Amino acid sequence: MSPETLIAAALVLPLLIAAGIAVMGWSPNLREGVTFIGGGLLFLIIVLLTMHVAGGERPELNLGEAAPGLSLAFKLEPLGMLFALVASGLWIVNSFYSVGYMRGNRERNQTRFYICFALAIFGAMGVAMSANLFTLFIFYEVLTLSTYPLVAHKGDAAAKRGGRIYLLTLMGTSIGFLLPAVMWTWVLAGHSLDFVPGGLLAGVDISPVVASALLILFAFGVAKAALMPVHFWLPNAMVAPTPVSALLHAVAVVKAGVFTILKISIFIFGADLLEATPAREFILWVACFTMLVGSLVAMTKDNLKARLAYSTIAQLSYVVAGAMLADPAGWMGGSLQIAAHAAGKMTLFMCAGAIYVATGLTNISDMKGLGRKMPLVFIAFLIGSLSIIGLPPFGGAWPKYELMQGAIDHNNTYLSFVLIGSSLLNIAYLLPIPFLALLPPPGTKEPKPFKRPDGAPMPTVVAPLITAALCIILFFAVGPISKFLSPTVGDRVDYIADGGQP
Amino acid sequence: MLEFLLERANYWVVIVLMMIGLYITYASQNLIKRMVGLGLFQTTICLFYVTLGKVSGGTAPILFGADAIEHHGAPHGAEAEGGHAALDAALAAGGEHSGRVAELVNTYSNPLPHVLMLTAIVVGVATLSVGLALVVRIREAYGSIENDEILEIDLETALAQHAEAEKAASEATA
Amino acid sequence: MIEALMNAAPAWALTHAAPLLVMVPLFLAPLLALMPSGRIAWLMAVITTGISFCFALILLGLVQTSPIGVVSYEVGRWPVPLGIELRVDALNAMILLVVTTIGLLATVFSWPTVVAEINKDKRALFYSAFLVCFAGLNGVAITGDAFNLFVFLEISSISTYVLVALGAGRDRRALPAAFNYLIMGTIGASFYIIGIGFLYAATGTLNMHDIATRLPELAGHRSVQAGFAFILVGLGLKAAMWPLHQWLPNAYSYSPSFVTMFLSATATKVALYALIRFLFTIFRPDYAFEISAFSAVLMPLGLAAMVVCSFQAVFQNDVRRILAYSSVAQVGYMILGVSIGTTAGLSAGLFHLLNHAMMKGALFMAVAGVVLTYQGTTIRDFAGLGRSAPWTMTAFAIAALSLIGVPLTAGFQSKLQLGFALFDQGMWWAVALVVFSSFLAVIYMGRVLEAVFFQPPANPRKARKEAPILMLVPLWILALANIYFGIAADLPLGLARDAAAAAFGVEAFR
Repeated sequence: MSPETLIAAALVLPLLIAAGIAVMGWSPNLREGVTFIGGGLLFLIIVLLTMHVAGGERPELNLGEAAPGLSLAFKLEPLGMLFALVASGLWIVNSFYSVGYMRGNRERNQTRFYICFALAIFGAMGVAMSANLFTLFIFYEVLTLSTYPLVAHKGDAAAKRGGRIYLLTLMGTSIGFLLPAVMWTWVLAGHSLDFVPGGLLAGVDISPVVASALLILFAFGVAKAALMPVHFWLPNAMVAPTPVSALLHAVAVVKAGVFTILKISIFIFGADLLEATPAREFILWVACFTMLVGSLVAMTKDNLKARLAYSTIAQLSYVVAGAMLADPAGWMGGSLQIAAHAAGKMTLFMCAGAIYVATGLTNISDMKGLGRKMPLVFIAFLIGSLSIIGLPPFGGAWPKYELMQGAIDHNNTYLSFVLIGSSLLNIAYLLPIPFLALLPPPGTKEPKPFKRPDGAPMPTVVAPLITAALCIILFFAVGPISKFLSPTVGDRVDYIADGGQP
Repeated sequence: MLEFLLERANYWVVIVLMMIGLYITYASQNLIKRMVGLGLFQTTICLFYVTLGKVSGGTAPILFGADAIEHHGAPHGAEAEGGHAALDAALAAGGEHSGRVAELVNTYSNPLPHVLMLTAIVVGVATLSVGLALVVRIREAYGSIENDEILEIDLETALAQHAEAEKAASEATA
Repeated sequence: MIEALMNAAPAWALTHAAPLLVMVPLFLAPLLALMPSGRIAWLMAVITTGISFCFALILLGLVQTSPIGVVSYEVGRWPVPLGIELRVDALNAMILLVVTTIGLLATVFSWPTVVAEINKDKRALFYSAFLVCFAGLNGVAITGDAFNLFVFLEISSISTYVLVALGAGRDRRALPAAFNYLIMGTIGASFYIIGIGFLYAATGTLNMHDIATRLPELAGHRSVQAGFAFILVGLGLKAAMWPLHQWLPNAYSYSPSFVTMFLSATATKVALYALIRFLFTIFRPDYAFEISAFSAVLMPLGLAAMVVCSFQAVFQNDVRRILAYSSVAQVGYMILGVSIGTTAGLSAGLFHLLNHAMMKGALFMAVAGVVLTYQGTTIRDFAGLGRSAPWTMTAFAIAALSLIGVPLTAGFQSKLQLGFALFDQGMWWAVALVVFSSFLAVIYMGRVLEAVFFQPPANPRKARKEAPILMLVPLWILALANIYFGIAADLPLGLARDAAAAAFGVEAFR
């Protein structure tokens, strides 16, 4: 099949899956079957496309002009493929997990749930494969709208409130900041919005003030990247069922946000213009601030999902910081973080969900000693935590390393200190959880008996183990991955292959 | 200064009358009086146009005397086709607007504004009749044709409706 | 499609398309008044609007194929500067298309609501008045004579007052609303006619094209400037330009649903067209903008309309009032586009005019459906209808998302074009205000959508009941048009660009 057909298939397939789910809604098993078969097919298509891209091709698909000069176009390149791989691959795992969770918890409206998932993946694919800012903006909004019913799924007052904040914040920032930024880019770039290697605005004579204003509009307009102060939709979205949190915080929504910021840095601004923009440092400070404050707030939270939410906010700033470093190390680090954090955070959230289904517990203080009864879950949690913290041999180590290296090279040394500080804070708020669960200090009360007689459903235990394994695989696979990414982000391959010796 | 005022006396009259008409429309509460003000305003516009059409030294724009005899040459009482042909010929031959006018012996005022105002009067009459019909219906529905009383009645109705809705809502949730 | 129609039409239809478009409804209207049954009147109204729609398509085709881009018709064969001319170029061809299309869809849609809201003995008269209004609006769009425009404007306005007042069957507040509308509308038309008087005094002609030719020599003339000011105020009042919009919320809230739907999509647009015609074709942008420092007046008014009226919409409880204030805000967007003064700005404003007709038309149609089946118009009455009337409410949601400006809808495209035009001139502060009012739109439409889809019905008796098919089909045509033109906007955008070019380019046609 030609690459163009594959691209079209990758876009149409999630829509077909959504339709299929709607049709098969009467039989839960058939409905879930549609999701799995479709998800598997989608992953296969993305893998095929990745192989094309790895071979040096850049397949394109132009669906026509929505208005003169604004075309709905798709163009593949390594960074986008990475995001697409992460999204489509983890969707399968997440669906597997959702089946266990939703059935185990006897949730209502499951058909609507799976349909919205499929539509969200449609949005994510569109974002990953977009060739210009116009297409990206459209699919960005599709993502917001399709995930809103997921956030407000439970339907009670708290869910509606969370959903309302989610929608208002994301739509408000995208209409208020992102859209003007897109319009401004159009005018500055001489009526074009295409993603150009080296930067669309690279040759244009823009004053530093204008470039700074534009960068700030982009950074806060893409609220899905959860920079403070537009981050508060994330903790409020915790009212959603855990598979949604896993999807939001690992696979689709937040990754789309930081991916957008990376794309804008690499393909709209370009390294040189970004260097010359004064606001770059400002956004870098904001990212550092978010890292530290996010981690500090996480430490104060007893609710496990809340703690993980703030941890996500902090971890996402790694990517933004990497993007703002405007050099290959930073960009490579940011890109690797997309994959590593996805795997790690997803593990953590899925474990949290498994615990909830089995015991009904949401607070960490109640979970001491629970590891005796749910050893696999907490081992997965441990692996995920170590990956987030950034210790080898887990996937999170490489991004952190690249970012620190980039920071030092770039004379933004404070970033490396912030990263180290963040790792220490990560240890402080993540490690106690599995340790206290698996090895409780003597004299701890026995945890409450299982709410559900069988404990956690099998899928909800297996899925985090799969992603935990992925964390380990990502560490060793960094060579091929960075080689794959190097056409986009710049060459760090030899550097990494040499073991990082300067 | 006095010259300035006197030369434009017609326009001053027009301005004063228009403003009186507008003021009546806005300031009065009685609906009929508002229609009166509106009618005054519209009639003054007719006056405005008519004064525009007046040519100094001109008389009513009906050809008479020497001019009427001259036009005997043209096909009299011809049907529309012929009339148009004559007009076309006259325009083609005459050329400039002023050239044609120069042929006339007497001075006439401009008839066009009068014609326009005939149309405007008709429009005014239609507006007046619809307005008065509305006043009649308002009287039937509200029992009053004073604007403030109507607003009061509306306010009471709205408050009553609101209270009813609140009661229904609290009963439904209770 | 247009070529096929033009090929199929007889020669007399092609030559006389312009006057026939207006005359057919005008002459059939008194016939309708004599009809014994409302249903026959309705059918005849549908046929008449359909005929006018065909003529509008023919005119569009004629304009597009004409070498100078203008179709000129001399009424009664009186030669042009002396007689009345009907002059159609790309600008009013587009407006005619909008008015006739909405007229056709609205008339098809109207029968169930008319049955519910108008007394049996008045229905034929109602359709008769509607046809007069329809003819008047088309006449305003089609004429090339300034005074003739006044005549048609008043024809459409007086019948509008009557139509609005017929809402008294449901709510007697329609009567004072109609009366106030009458007073304000007549004042507006009178201001317009004063302005024309000044222009006539200065130029000696009433033909719009001729005035345009003669005005440049008279640029600094006091009476021309006075005329310009009066015309601006007069047409601005009819177009509901802020702050001359006070008649609109009450008129739209209390009139029969069909009337609101039709008016919201056409009446103010036609007045706005007349304003654009005077601003760009007759007074020429260099007169209007440079000499009179024009954007210092129009642009603040447009921005104020957007922001103030969106704010007012947020605090309303009646859905029709929300949509009415929203209409004034949307007219503000159009005026903002017009006031930029460039072709891009004007085409953005006209593009928004097209899209707004689709959006508001669909929204008010959905509201009419709800009024028919559930009799309430407050947000509380709308609660839970997402489950009880899914087809109606989904179309409502699509149109609401278009109003907000969500990508893949027509509203997004027009906001984008407006933003581009503003940024091209460096007016980023105007973009900020546009964005702010869009955010307000999210809030006021979001309130309604939340009630519809996420709240349980206030009245537990809300069994599943939809509007009749006759109403659903035109509603969905408009809703799908919103999506279609949101994805593939070249057709309406092309029309708007041609229209903007036509508005500017008097030189080419001298």
